[in-house]
Amino acid sequence: MGAPLIGARVERKEDYRFLTGAGQYTDDVELPRQSYAVFVRSPHAHAILKKISLDQARKAPGFIAAYTGEDFAAAKLGGLPCGWLITDVNGQPMKEPPHPCLAQGKVRHVGDQVAIVIAETSAQARDAAELVAVDYKVLPAVVDGAKARAKGAPQLHDIAPDNTCYVWAIGDKAVADAAFAKAAHVTKLEFINNRLIPNAMEPRVANGAYSRADDSYTLYVASQNPHVERLLMTAFVMGLPEHKVRVVAGDVGGGFGSKIYLYAEDVAVTWAAKQVNRPVKWTSDRSEAFLTDAHGRDHHTVAELAMDKDGKFLAMRVKTTANVGAYLSTFASCVPTILYATLLAGQYKTPVIHCEVTAVFTNTTPVDAYRGAGRPEATYVVERLVETAAREMKLDPAEIRRRNFITEFPYQTPVALQYDIGDYNATMDAAQQLADVAGFSKRKEESVKKGKLRGLGYAAYIEACGIAPSAVAGSLGARAGLFEAGEVRVHPTGSVTVFTGSHSHGQGHETTFAQVVADRLGIGIDSVDIVHGDTSKVLFGMGTYGSRSIAVGGTAIVKALDKIVAKGKKIAAHLLEAAETDVVYDRGIYKVAGTDKQKTFGEVAFAAYVPHNYPHDKLEPGLNENAFYDPANFTFPAGTYVCEVEVDPETGVVKIDKFTAVDDFGKIINPMIVEGQVHGGLTQGIGQALTESCQYDATGQLLTGSFMDYCLPRATDVPFYQVDTRETPCTHNPLGVKGCGEAGAIGAPAALMNAITDALGVKDMPMPATPQAVWKVLNNKQAA
Amino acid sequence: MHAFKYHRPSSVKAAAALAKGEAKLLAGGQTLVQTMKLRLASPSDIIDLGALQDLAGIQSDGKTVTIGAMTRHADVAHSAEVKKTIPALAALAGMIGDRQVRAMGTIGGSLANNDPAADYPAAVLGMGATVITNKRKLSPDEFFKGMFTTALAADEIITAVSFPAPKRAAYIKFKNPASRFAIVGVFVADFGSSVRVAVTGAGPVVFRQAEMEKALAAKFAPESVANIKVKQDGLNSDLHASAEYRAHLVTVMAKRAVEAALK
Repeated sequence: MGAPLIGARVERKEDYRFLTGAGQYTDDVELPRQSYAVFVRSPHAHAILKKISLDQARKAPGFIAAYTGEDFAAAKLGGLPCGWLITDVNGQPMKEPPHPCLAQGKVRHVGDQVAIVIAETSAQARDAAELVAVDYKVLPAVVDGAKARAKGAPQLHDIAPDNTCYVWAIGDKAVADAAFAKAAHVTKLEFINNRLIPNAMEPRVANGAYSRADDSYTLYVASQNPHVERLLMTAFVMGLPEHKVRVVAGDVGGGFGSKIYLYAEDVAVTWAAKQVNRPVKWTSDRSEAFLTDAHGRDHHTVAELAMDKDGKFLAMRVKTTANVGAYLSTFASCVPTILYATLLAGQYKTPVIHCEVTAVFTNTTPVDAYRGAGRPEATYVVERLVETAAREMKLDPAEIRRRNFITEFPYQTPVALQYDIGDYNATMDAAQQLADVAGFSKRKEESVKKGKLRGLGYAAYIEACGIAPSAVAGSLGARAGLFEAGEVRVHPTGSVTVFTGSHSHGQGHETTFAQVVADRLGIGIDSVDIVHGDTSKVLFGMGTYGSRSIAVGGTAIVKALDKIVAKGKKIAAHLLEAAETDVVYDRGIYKVAGTDKQKTFGEVAFAAYVPHNYPHDKLEPGLNENAFYDPANFTFPAGTYVCEVEVDPETGVVKIDKFTAVDDFGKIINPMIVEGQVHGGLTQGIGQALTESCQYDATGQLLTGSFMDYCLPRATDVPFYQVDTRETPCTHNPLGVKGCGEAGAIGAPAALMNAITDALGVKDMPMPATPQAVWKVLNNKQAA
Repeated sequence: MHAFKYHRPSSVKAAAALAKGEAKLLAGGQTLVQTMKLRLASPSDIIDLGALQDLAGIQSDGKTVTIGAMTRHADVAHSAEVKKTIPALAALAGMIGDRQVRAMGTIGGSLANNDPAADYPAAVLGMGATVITNKRKLSPDEFFKGMFTTALAADEIITAVSFPAPKRAAYIKFKNPASRFAIVGVFVADFGSSVRVAVTGAGPVVFRQAEMEKALAAKFAPESVANIKVKQDGLNSDLHASAEYRAHLVTVMAKRAVEAALK
């Protein structure tokens, strides 16, 4: 019964409801006696809050209530916690300044929340919020991470002198320096990894409700991990027991990292719901999203690669300043350290790596994980260095990579990680062939004839996904476990509901996970439903980020399925009057080996719930199993991307002519969904390299606060991608899966910038390579 | 959006009578409605011109194309008459904004708003079109006054725009990557006896490029303009394009417009 489903291009089960408007997003949740909140936000990047007057707002039509930081302090609400402790080079804990839900005494970025105003309608709340009078004493601001530690720079937090959160390092500097001293060639680059604004299609929404009947709260929120949201909010901010708080994240329209975190608005509406004894809903508008959703990237880096005369890598030195914004967002501290510096080995046998990271506070929106989170920044360092080194040493860029590829596994890198498996030559071979690298010189000639410049660039990326072994994460400073939980509930007639702690906000888990379940049980996919996103239904969960869902969440489900099959075997053995050891499970049917005796999965399930003939002395009735899975290691997806561009030297316009991606994600469950993930990731990576740039002026005003100025890539900005995969199954999870969600965004920027610098014949080119930026670089080159 | 009074008059006269104080005329609403939603504009009254059927429509006698002020961009882009008589104008209309904007936006609304990066001003100035209002007829030089400023009085309503058909013409636009408005748009029109070159997006208001007009009148060929350096003084400068880059793009776009006009 049932054809194999793992590896099949099954159409997405969830798309019918998404495409026909039947999705249930958080803003669709309208509760009885619903009220609406609007936040008063700071128009200044840095200012002292002298006085807040709510008098006029209170008189506005429909006004219900308004609260400021003083009210929150009086209620003893805590600040927003950071989930990862980084220990600095001196063995001291990072500086963790208070992150109040509503500003107390000072505002530190444009958009910092000052007050919450609640009214009968959203428009009335907005009108009333306009009447809140705030007296600010404006202070000078610092926005550029590279300038945050300069003498005389404005200071954000009393407890963080020189705006420094931490100076952290990994690797042995003395050994690295010694390797550099004897190098035949050193390649050095300095660049900025540009700040990005996530822009999920659905903005953030939070609807808090309180029940007097049982003194409990429910928060409906657009979140990527409702259980973690509940844990942080109850234990660290509100001082509530978890059993009195339910967090529901139903359909969520994209996250890309920005919805991992506990945000001030989530706490504010939940707390206010009890104060006004009505549900309180806040829906971010797009302008607020630009100002308050955690941003991504924003590194300033100097990186060096030392080589011998044959281009063999001897050592790497990297120095990065990471701008974390005005406050520490939930995982801000681990992104530019643990998720960044540990990836600097890339696909190569670089024996020594030293990386120092300085995290600084600035008067900008907090920065946290954004699709790839640290790994795009690391890949950019490694792959820009490697390509530049090849050009400087007159080596073919693929050849220099091949000379340094790791080929034996497991491989212990000098930066903590141990790669379990991979075949980097295989993905390189396939990418070169698919991209027709051999035909590049001919295409280049044709471009030259048209007065255009053509370039080709590679990126051979690696990422650490399947986050994470809890013990390892804990030893590195994580303040939470990073396992995943799953529950398989078999109903009496054999259909199955699966509860997962992973969260789908576009990934298609309802299909992919159902394929795994249906395949493993040998039942039809329509007999399987996947439930996620509700703490009152799902036993526990650590949520979705870091491409961890199938590797960790999927494995938890598999472990629960194994328990189901094993228990079913006991039941079947009883029903078939056979020894348990003689019963085999084969695609939905329990069979007694060597006989024609058999029971279907449905018959066994029915017996478990109608246990008239049942081994009561040995087994409990029912067929329902939980599993928690804590991975033994990270997974290491890797691949090679080849990008080919044509540049118009008159205007600076870059056209991506070809983009080829060959990834190794291990075993693939649904190739169609994986291709979609790769396409999306590539487009976001191309966005970073070509179009997207978050820019502030010197006073801390966001200059790119709408789509009029912030350029998300559009369909016409990207080519038809050529994608393929190679497969080395992950060695330490039963599905052999690695994860695919972030790869495109990790590998694309370096491939694209390598292609552009090749076309222009220059070493440096800042991201994003907008027409103006490319034109400037060409102009400077001509002038030089 | 703040509250406002909504009117839908059935005649231009009635509309003009309502247009006073903080009232605003609503044509296609592609700028006004957005600024109202962001609470950047809070008109007391909205006078919706949508019921004025007489203001929509396209007429052509082969020498002149007259477009009613309430004609949508999409209708101009798809009009067989416009495509036949002034194909460059149909092409320009088809380049404005996106499909949704073109379905709602109107030529009268665009001109009255006079966004420095709008496309239609380049066509109006580039062909020396006549802007017809409920009060008078205006040449482009009279009509365009400055950034978001025109000669229109508060109670003056554009009713139509009349374009003389050039021998050949083309509009080439270098789009802002984010907004897709013109960073620089150049409209080149060859009338045989004279050539007009109008530039939008580059300065605070659409302007003519006299040196290029002269060179093209002598010889209508790309190389006539390819080496003309445009001064950056007074040009716009923003995140997406410095004045220097815009000045450079004016030359490149002019050259490409001539190439396109010759095709």
